[in-house]
Amino acid sequence: MTDHHHDHDDPHAPIEEQAGPPTPHELLEHALRELLVEKGIFQAGDVQAYIENMELRTPAQGARMVAKIWNDPAYRRLALEDGKAAATALDIDVSVAPELVILENTPERHYVVVCTLCSCYPRMVLGVPPAWYKSRAYRSRVVGEPREVLREFGTELPAETEIQVVDSTADMRYLVVPMRPAGTEDWSEERLAKLVTRDSMVGVSVAKDPATV
Amino acid sequence: MNGVHDMGGQPAGAINTEEHELSFFEKRVDAMLRLLTDPARPFFSVDELRRAIESLAPDRYHGLAYYERWIEAMRMLLEEKGVLQPAEVDARIDQLRQRLGA
Repeated sequence: MTDHHHDHDDPHAPIEEQAGPPTPHELLEHALRELLVEKGIFQAGDVQAYIENMELRTPAQGARMVAKIWNDPAYRRLALEDGKAAATALDIDVSVAPELVILENTPERHYVVVCTLCSCYPRMVLGVPPAWYKSRAYRSRVVGEPREVLREFGTELPAETEIQVVDSTADMRYLVVPMRPAGTEDWSEERLAKLVTRDSMVGVSVAKDPATV
Repeated sequence: MNGVHDMGGQPAGAINTEEHELSFFEKRVDAMLRLLTDPARPFFSVDELRRAIESLAPDRYHGLAYYERWIEAMRMLLEEKGVLQPAEVDARIDQLRQRLGA
């Protein structure tokens, strides 16, 4: 299974630009897009506008939520009650997103998220999912052997920590709140957010060591 | 009855954790899906896209890349819903092939 990747350094390059002869699927995409624009289904500019909107969605948004959950007890209560409301409170547009559930890791229980059937992922707060999240290997193995999978990501949890695997659906997405590292009690939210990686919000990793930031 | 997509618990190999940025093709397919499933005026739903993707034969499902499955499924649905005719899609692909020297 291969993905075709073209390297483009200019984020504002016109969307027609190609790096070589188009593949059959690239031709299909181009044909569908032209026909749909001709029929007035959408405008050519709509595609570029959507792409630019999605490029703004990065794990930094989820990290801001986690930092505030760590720092602000009232916000934490809101987030645990209503993940979308918590995102909205930080000006993250989740109007078209499905329900968002916030899962807090503790020393007793560590959550890890997967979509076994496809690739459901909280895109509106984390951006696009990484290729491995959508891969057969991850989708198949994390439900059966999560501890081994986490090890492949360099994550070793204490034996007494229970791992709970959560399967996302089309209607329900999950954001994991990694445990807050010790020694960060007086850190600002901005600084705390730097400890929160995408992988820690999926649950295959933990927050960064404060000494490294 | 499980479909090919029902992978949870199946044996599989090592996970490739390499990062890569989405290609332009992938971003355009992603954008087109969102535009066609816009709640304000949907042409089909994400669930229908899933159904179409999962109707691909297993070897095709596993043999195509992620967004290649999406674009094939989107074509299937647009034709099923009568938004586009198979012949006009084929004709446009041929035209583009000639235009772009593919």
